[in-house]
Amino acid sequence: MSHPILLKSSANVILAKAGISCSFEGRGGAVRGWWRLRIKSGLAILAMVVAMAIFATMPLPVAAQGTLPPAPYAYRQLDDPAQEEKAKELMETLRCLTCQSQSIADSAAPIAGDMRHQVRTRIAAGEDPEDVRQWLIERYGDYISYAPQVTARTWPLFVIPVLLLAAALLIIGRRLGAVAKEQ
Amino acid sequence: MNLTRLRWALWLIVALALALFGLFALQLSRPKDDFVQSALVGKPLPAFDLPPAAQGLPGLASTDFADGKPRLLNVFASWCIPCRAEAPQLEALRGQGAEIVAVAIRDRPEDVEAFLQGYGNPFTRIGADEISAVQLALGSSGVPETFVIDGRGIITHQHIGDIRERDVAILMDELRRAGSGA
Repeated sequence: MSHPILLKSSANVILAKAGISCSFEGRGGAVRGWWRLRIKSGLAILAMVVAMAIFATMPLPVAAQGTLPPAPYAYRQLDDPAQEEKAKELMETLRCLTCQSQSIADSAAPIAGDMRHQVRTRIAAGEDPEDVRQWLIERYGDYISYAPQVTARTWPLFVIPVLLLAAALLIIGRRLGAVAKEQ
Repeated sequence: MNLTRLRWALWLIVALALALFGLFALQLSRPKDDFVQSALVGKPLPAFDLPPAAQGLPGLASTDFADGKPRLLNVFASWCIPCRAEAPQLEALRGQGAEIVAVAIRDRPEDVEAFLQGYGNPFTRIGADEISAVQLALGSSGVPETFVIDGRGIITHQHIGDIRERDVAILMDELRRAGSGA
């Protein structure tokens, strides 16, 4: 994904260079000014064409994994709206394994579709959403879930804010007490 | 008295800030690790029963692992490029006596057959997993991955990514360890 950004900035550099070289050339009357404009826009168009040519030669992602149709419930909602709502809520808090910053509800990766199929069929079979989450955590660890869990590793994240808040309240309380005494 | 206390408090803040920056520096200098390890290592294989993925080779069920012989379980796909790269290493493992069974992910029989013809067949069984159900049950997050399964069907080791030359000895070692019933 870094390629387009890189190319955009290199196109900007080309444009900037074109602008600079033109202003060096033409510092004269009206006619030369007109030529300067022509050269400037000509170079800008040239730069754009070059940038587009670079884009065109960029390798496109191969349409891999596209040979088999998606799992039955990858893109199909459950017939029961209440169950679909539960499934959707769960899918939005499960991490896609290939696009690791997306949820499986957002991702178009085939494995995300297969995970949605698992979630929907399990919920359709009457499983509790939290049990499905637990089933995945047993296989992939906490990493698979976006829902925060209090574990042996994560408890300081929950305890420290409470302690800081308590300390802050204590300090404010003592300050206020001292002020009241002075008065 | 009050001033010394204040000075100590200030030094404490400086020390805390330095510790925090040290932590940032440490975490930022560590290479990014995108691998998601399976949490099932050390646990039994989940129950599954997959139909054959290619003509002439049987499918794969979890009950096939309970005969006392340790095996490698390769998770692959014909559309996966690194799976082609690891084919010679799988062949080397087979040559050293490893029994290798496989699960083909989201694959069609004709594609699997073409893959085996093109890159060799080190497998004794291949199960077809068309919707990644067994892959998800295994805690595997991509292809290729290779699991070491002992003779009682317990997962003892997971190798993520294609098998390179240096991994062959490691996997043979893991297989031997799984066979010694440790």
